[in-house]
Amino acid sequence: MSRKVLLIEDEPNITEAIRFLLTREGWQVETHAEGTDAVQVILAAEPDLVILDVMLPGKSGMDVLRDLREHENMARLPVLMLTARGQSRDREMAENAGVSRFMTKPFSNSEVLTAVRDLHAQASQS
Amino acid sequence: MTTDPGDEPRPSVARQSLFLERQSYRRRRLADAARLLPFLGAALIALPLLWPDGSSDEAPVPLSSAIYYIFICWVGLILCSFLFGLAARRMSGREDTGPETEKWQR
Amino acid sequence: MATLNVLILVCLGYVVLLFGVAFAADRLAAAGRGRWLRSPLIYTLSLSIYCTAWTFYGAVGNAARSGLEFVTIYIGPTLVMISWWWGLRKLVRVGRSQRVTSIADLVSSRYGKSNTLAICVTILAVLGGTPYIALQLQSITLSFSIFAEADPSGLYREGSSVFWVAAGLAVFAILFGTRNLDVNERHHGVVTAIAVESVVKLFALLAVGIFVVWGVAGGIGPIMDRIDASEIGQWQVDGGRWTAITFLSAAAFVCLPRMFQVMVVENDDEGHLRTAAWAFPLYLLLMSLFVIPIAVVGLDLLPAGSNPDLFVLTVPLSQGNDWLAMLSFIGGFSSATSMVIVTAMALSTMVSNHLVMPIWLSMQESKSSVSGDVRTIVLLARRISIAVIMCLGFFYYRLSGGGAALASIGLVAFAGISQILPALVGGLFWRGATRTGALAGLSVGFGLWIYTLLLPGMGGWVMPETVLQNGPFGIGWLRPQAMFGLEGIDPMTHTVLWSLALNTIAFCVTSLLSFPSPLERLQGAQFVNVFDHSVAPRGWSGSVAQSEDLMIMTQRILGAAPAQEFFQLEAEKQGGRGRLPEPTPGFLERLERELSGSVGAATAHAMIGQIVGGSSVSVEDLLAVADESAQLLEYSGQLEAKSAELSRTARQLRDANAKLTQISMQKDAFLGQVSHELRTPMTSIRAFSEIMRDTEELSPEEKTRYAAIIHDEALRLTRLLDDLLDLSVLESGQVSLNMGEATLHAVLDRASSTALAGAERPLKIKRTKVSERISLHTDLDRLGQVFINVISNAQKYCDAAEPVLTITAHDVGGQAVVDFVDNGSGIPPEAQSMVFEKFARVGIDKAGGAGLGLAICDEIMQRLGGEISYLPGQGGAAFRVSLPLAYRQAAQ
Repeated sequence: MSRKVLLIEDEPNITEAIRFLLTREGWQVETHAEGTDAVQVILAAEPDLVILDVMLPGKSGMDVLRDLREHENMARLPVLMLTARGQSRDREMAENAGVSRFMTKPFSNSEVLTAVRDLHAQASQS
Repeated sequence: MTTDPGDEPRPSVARQSLFLERQSYRRRRLADAARLLPFLGAALIALPLLWPDGSSDEAPVPLSSAIYYIFICWVGLILCSFLFGLAARRMSGREDTGPETEKWQR
Repeated sequence: MATLNVLILVCLGYVVLLFGVAFAADRLAAAGRGRWLRSPLIYTLSLSIYCTAWTFYGAVGNAARSGLEFVTIYIGPTLVMISWWWGLRKLVRVGRSQRVTSIADLVSSRYGKSNTLAICVTILAVLGGTPYIALQLQSITLSFSIFAEADPSGLYREGSSVFWVAAGLAVFAILFGTRNLDVNERHHGVVTAIAVESVVKLFALLAVGIFVVWGVAGGIGPIMDRIDASEIGQWQVDGGRWTAITFLSAAAFVCLPRMFQVMVVENDDEGHLRTAAWAFPLYLLLMSLFVIPIAVVGLDLLPAGSNPDLFVLTVPLSQGNDWLAMLSFIGGFSSATSMVIVTAMALSTMVSNHLVMPIWLSMQESKSSVSGDVRTIVLLARRISIAVIMCLGFFYYRLSGGGAALASIGLVAFAGISQILPALVGGLFWRGATRTGALAGLSVGFGLWIYTLLLPGMGGWVMPETVLQNGPFGIGWLRPQAMFGLEGIDPMTHTVLWSLALNTIAFCVTSLLSFPSPLERLQGAQFVNVFDHSVAPRGWSGSVAQSEDLMIMTQRILGAAPAQEFFQLEAEKQGGRGRLPEPTPGFLERLERELSGSVGAATAHAMIGQIVGGSSVSVEDLLAVADESAQLLEYSGQLEAKSAELSRTARQLRDANAKLTQISMQKDAFLGQVSHELRTPMTSIRAFSEIMRDTEELSPEEKTRYAAIIHDEALRLTRLLDDLLDLSVLESGQVSLNMGEATLHAVLDRASSTALAGAERPLKIKRTKVSERISLHTDLDRLGQVFINVISNAQKYCDAAEPVLTITAHDVGGQAVVDFVDNGSGIPPEAQSMVFEKFARVGIDKAGGAGLGLAICDEIMQRLGGEISYLPGQGGAAFRVSLPLAYRQAAQ
């Protein structure tokens, strides 16, 4: 059974690093670098988990998440959010938008892997 | 998982406010009716002036009919006033001396 | 057969009973146990003083003469009662909130506490009330005479009996109405006695009616047949009189001093109107239910020529039913006494408050003058007024000879008192009504009433027949009963039409043309919008007023105990030091109201004014003074200037606040941006270094590639830090400029070669060397930095297939102007204003820089005394750099 993760991140080097890490864990990694059509991409890809950057070109990750949660069946999709701004207000906003886990860059690789594992386990249990 | 505030059931609140509006709407119309009552009374009392009296060719109305007419109208007005008084009491009991009640009373 | 002596005994017994009732009710009320005394039922019954002896006896007489016309007298009040919601309720609310003591007080209070108006209304009320009292005397005397005819002793003499009746009633009214000076002018005892009397008269009339219908005629069917067969058995009314009397009785119901007394002054609870609205019309209906049957049976049974006004008495007597006749006599006596008592009370209040007290006050001059017990003076004034009013009634009766039919005298009084209506209704519903207007309307209506109705009715010795026939001095259109040529209608209708129409017109037109005083406007607003605010801003400022003096005066008016209680309460309200409260405006206002309950609004105002005196400033005084002089204008000018200054300061503060908020938000955004720009490369560096550390099976190619990424990101970090440092140095203004001389050509050469070194994409640069021969004196390195930035931006962002950058230079009046235009799609209009902001980036390419380049260029150009700007509408992205040819210190 293949587990699919959709990585929405506009920084190519970070994309590459996360792709490397998760592929080794047995994930099928798809990527996207735009905020504008991110919701459509998520709906089309039907991933098991989404990793979402906050500062995306076109549309902020917050708005993407908020719009995503409006859709049916998308209320429970695990979303791991990454931000480089690191202000406490962002965490609050993300929680209001319905984030599953929120992480500040720079992160250690093991942190990302733990978070992904936890979220996936929670989602498949319930 | 977080819940979306947009899915919160709100119709109950809406229904309540609609209910209140209807209530105050009723009261306003009732007050209108109370305002109109004296005019209705005046019209009813003025009506006999159109009846034929001894001066014209038509047979004059007998006094007993006139008495019946006047007193029945009178009783009707008293009843209306009584019913309105009851309604006013019920309403003022519910919202005593509130500014809202004062406003619509004028 | 009941003898006169028995009759007199019964009367005395009845009066004693009433005293007992009144006394007991007062005792109960004083003990606080008389809750039922203030019930809606008592209130409704007390309203029935509307039904006087005139209606008790006269209605039957009227019915015997004109059929159903008598009901109009009852229909009018019915219509007023059922419109209580928007009419009487407002009147009662105003009356209670302003503590008015009479209708004259209400009108005076509405029109700026004008005593002139109060006097006018008082005189009108006395003149209108006199025939009415005479009417009561007449009815009692007549009813006595009926019994006297049958009395064998023959002791009865009409003249002396009228006198004794008048005297008895006066004593009765004085004892009842002026026993004490009530703070709020409410007389529970009197009201209760009146309620009892109203039950008695209703019971008496119903008893006679039932006796007539079932005892004499034999049921409803037969009586109806008898009615139709009688001489009044056809529907026949004068339409004009029908309408006029309905209207008149409605108006009089509100304006009559005694009605105002029981309806407004004695009212304890506005809610009572709700009950009275249906119960009182029901009372009236019951009162009129048997009038026609009694009249018809009387016409049948009694010999032609007998007075129909006394059928209520004579019908039972003719049937030998003496006890019923006695009961009916008591009913008529009740009606007369209750009316006389309340009228005398109401009129005496008005006379003492508006005629006697002002005169007495004006005779006292200085402040210390409020000496002597005002209470005694007020009470004495009232007692004398009652006596005088009764005397007037007595003389009117003697003068008019008691001949006219009861009902017509009553209507004359109605028409007179109704002249108050326009001023009253206008005052309640129209803010524009003024004192002058009210005076004008009242005088016009009053004059017309006297001229067209009162004088012609008094007989030939007052108004000669020739005047009636041909008009005064032969002026035809001034004939009293055919004014302006309106002939052939009933005199009553004629008077009502002209007097009320002209009264209303005079009132409205004069109101529109005149200007109200400030106090009038205040009071007008309070009356018309009484439901909005029941508290009044009337403004006494008693900074120097002596509480001691006020206390002494109040004690004299209210009595020692209530005054001390009131002052104690006020003192406690203010914080409770000592026995006397500070004379604050609020306290003075409440005191004035309290006093006005006893002596009327105008007098109370004047009395407090006398004590608080010259040092006080009432709203009226303040505004009047300001009105007179240009002070007001000047003051308001100053105020305006002040308020403009204030609002300017406020605006500046607001702007400063907005700026601060904006700066704070910019700082937050900047820190967020810096954080983001630093963390992003660090994320890559950390991720890949961890990968290289933790992953063993990496291929050499992967290792090289990841190391390269780490290296690139490290460089990016360095660049960012350089830029940030550069920017902060520039912004703080601590940069030291390194001046040098060179041509623009040389600076551009160096910059373009640096910018294009190592570029992956070729960028063609078009230049015109001739125009670049401009020599500059400036910091060449900084200028070069700006050029490099602009050129490398074009190199990075120009999206044309073959990117070309055209550089043109001009010398415009000592300014070097250099334009950089590329052939790409340019910067979208909405982003153009942003390009010089920090971290502004157009497009998605991140590798280039942190978005600080143009912000740095902007700062540099400002340092060099020039500027860099975006040129819209050039096809591609276009920047213009302009700077002075020679750097001047002053430019900084």
